[in-house]
Amino acid sequence: MDLKDKLVSSFMAFEDGIDVNDPVHDIRSEAIKNFETKGFPSKKEEAWKYTSLNNLQKIDFSVFPKQESALEYKDIKKYFLHEIDTYKIVFVDGIYSSYLSETTHDGVDVCLMSSALTKPMYRQIIELYFNKIAKKEDSLTSLNTAFSKEGAYIYIPKNKAPRKPIQILHLATGNEASLMLQPRNLIIAEENAEVQVIERHQSLTSNEVFTNSVTEIFAAKDARVDYYKLQNDNANASLIDNTYIDQKDNSVVRVHTFSFGGKLTRNNLNYYQNGERIDSTLKGITILDGKQHVDHYTLVHHAQPNCESHQDYKGIYDGSSTGVFNGKILVDKIAQKTDAFQQNNNVLISDKATLNTKPQLEIFADDVKCSHGCTIGQLDEDALFYLQSRGIPKKEAGALLMYAFANNVLESVRIPELKARVNKLIANKLGVRLGFEL
Amino acid sequence: MLKINDLHAGIEGKKILKGINLEVKPGEVHAIMGPNGSGKSTLASVIAGKEEFEIKKGNIELDGEDIEEMAPEERSHNGIFLSFQYPVEIPGVSVTNFIKTAINESRKAQGLEDMPANEMLKKIREKAELLEIDRKFLSRSLNEGFSGGEKKRNEIFQMAMLEPKLAILDETDSGLDIDALRIVANGVNKLRGSDNAIIVITHYQRLLDYIVPDFVHVLHDGKIVKSGGKELALELEEKGYDWVKQETVA
Ligand SMILES: Nc1ncnc2c1ncn2[C@@H]1O[C@H](COP(=O)(O)OP(=O)(O)O)[C@@H](O)[C@H]1O
Ligand SMILES: [Mg+2]
Repeated sequence: MDLKDKLVSSFMAFEDGIDVNDPVHDIRSEAIKNFETKGFPSKKEEAWKYTSLNNLQKIDFSVFPKQESALEYKDIKKYFLHEIDTYKIVFVDGIYSSYLSETTHDGVDVCLMSSALTKPMYRQIIELYFNKIAKKEDSLTSLNTAFSKEGAYIYIPKNKAPRKPIQILHLATGNEASLMLQPRNLIIAEENAEVQVIERHQSLTSNEVFTNSVTEIFAAKDARVDYYKLQNDNANASLIDNTYIDQKDNSVVRVHTFSFGGKLTRNNLNYYQNGERIDSTLKGITILDGKQHVDHYTLVHHAQPNCESHQDYKGIYDGSSTGVFNGKILVDKIAQKTDAFQQNNNVLISDKATLNTKPQLEIFADDVKCSHGCTIGQLDEDALFYLQSRGIPKKEAGALLMYAFANNVLESVRIPELKARVNKLIANKLGVRLGFEL
Repeated sequence: MLKINDLHAGIEGKKILKGINLEVKPGEVHAIMGPNGSGKSTLASVIAGKEEFEIKKGNIELDGEDIEEMAPEERSHNGIFLSFQYPVEIPGVSVTNFIKTAINESRKAQGLEDMPANEMLKKIREKAELLEIDRKFLSRSLNEGFSGGEKKRNEIFQMAMLEPKLAILDETDSGLDIDALRIVANGVNKLRGSDNAIIVITHYQRLLDYIVPDFVHVLHDGKIVKSGGKELALELEEKGYDWVKQETVA
């Protein structure tokens, strides 16, 4: 049985196993129908031209984990940003681990999707927000919606901010030979609320893991949301991240995506500007080697006047890694005075690495400022020689130049300890020790 | 210290250096002068190890050892320093971080630990003062948006930090006003000693008033066509390069 059939046929068993309330049941049923009709996207679709899910579909994934696995904090500490105090929502093989987590209901809700989807006290909010911005026609999003059960639920009321950043950590133990996960997150920042979230998916063994994640983010008027995605997973871990963001007047949402590992990573990042004077910021650093593949597929939909978007993705590709950047900017006719900036710069270290970069601008307003640019280059020989002539060995000189190249993406990271951690990951990834932190 | 024997070098089939002979002993200052395009920067780059240039014939010895196989960083670790005619801009790396990395990499090559942070700071402060470099300047991205003069001063700051055995200054005077020239020359002279040597590449006599050479060589079309004492620089200034060119032809 192929993966699609397996998923479709296990849907009933899945719903039998959980508390079902009617509105969510209807949404799930609708979603599985859509997935059944559409199936996994294929390379024939323009949006999936450079990323194939064929090999993943040949793997006999377990679609629900069989049991809860216990992990010791000391064994997984390194995957947390443990240098600072944070709230933690931790899942082990898709199942919430209360032992490893630290949630709160103190003025804000930092807790679980499973509670939000089933408990009456959340019902109103779920009806207002759940699956409202996620793209219903999208087959992978539908697949996730059908199996949506667990994930992070973060609700920040008007004028509130949690005392500390929130970490969402998804761990895969390898207890299953191959495991498919469908985490579902919902993040709501009400008027003038603020929240910072760090998300990481980590497989603890080399067993196959396939995560199809959906995150919906709602930023009301004047809200500020920072979302950091740390993608540094094992060689047999694949991730499809579908993130949908709804922004209202004056809100600021910044998503930073650090892609350093994993077998196949696809980031579908969608911003919908439904208000004025909005700031949407999307930044990424991608450093790949071996056979790794990362596909950034972004959309910024400017649907109202006087908004900005800032998009800056840097990529460094070694080995026979492959990268894709497809950045779509859509400016509606009424979205006058839009200021949309997009930049994608890449360095290919090896001649076997490949990259496809494509800006896609669809502009229907006439009074807008849209700038975009993409570059693919090698390391500058003159700069290398300059550094070497000062005693810096070629490898370190190259790393220093790549550091410098990626540097400005880190400027907007607002958690210094996270910035330091990303710096270290970059240094590790480039195989060098650097005598300083940028 | 440095001995260049019948050096022929070029790039992509183009011959640039056509038989250079030069010996530089510890404690000496040599000036290399010559018209644009005569091969001065090429000579400097070849000594520093730029791989694009191909050595066709002859060799370069440092302390009796052929350096052809040495990477640029190894040459640096062995005491060669090149002040670039056109220093490269490196956005995203501050002057301080750059020089720290350079010093600690050199120490590592010599089997030493990193320089302790306070010692490093003290040295940076001392050398910055010597070259009258502002503290704010040190946190700026290396050479990015620097004026011509700032770039050159920054090169000499790096030289002062690295304390090389053999410094090659490629047109360090261009882009400097007279005050800056004096400051830079003073910085260079501080390094002079019986164990060090300096090669000053320049177009003009001006810098040589401050860094007084023991020998002056005139490079023309890839060859040293005339050598002499410091008077030769004055004579060149007076008569122009055509005079040497004509002499060679004659
Ligand atoms: N990278 C290069 N590629 C091709 N030709 C070069 C290169 N560098 C220098 N040349 C040529 O070599 C000759 C000498 O240049 P250069 O060494 O820069 O002279 P100088 O420093 O004396 O002005 C010039 O004709 C120049 O065009
Ligand atoms: Mg020159």
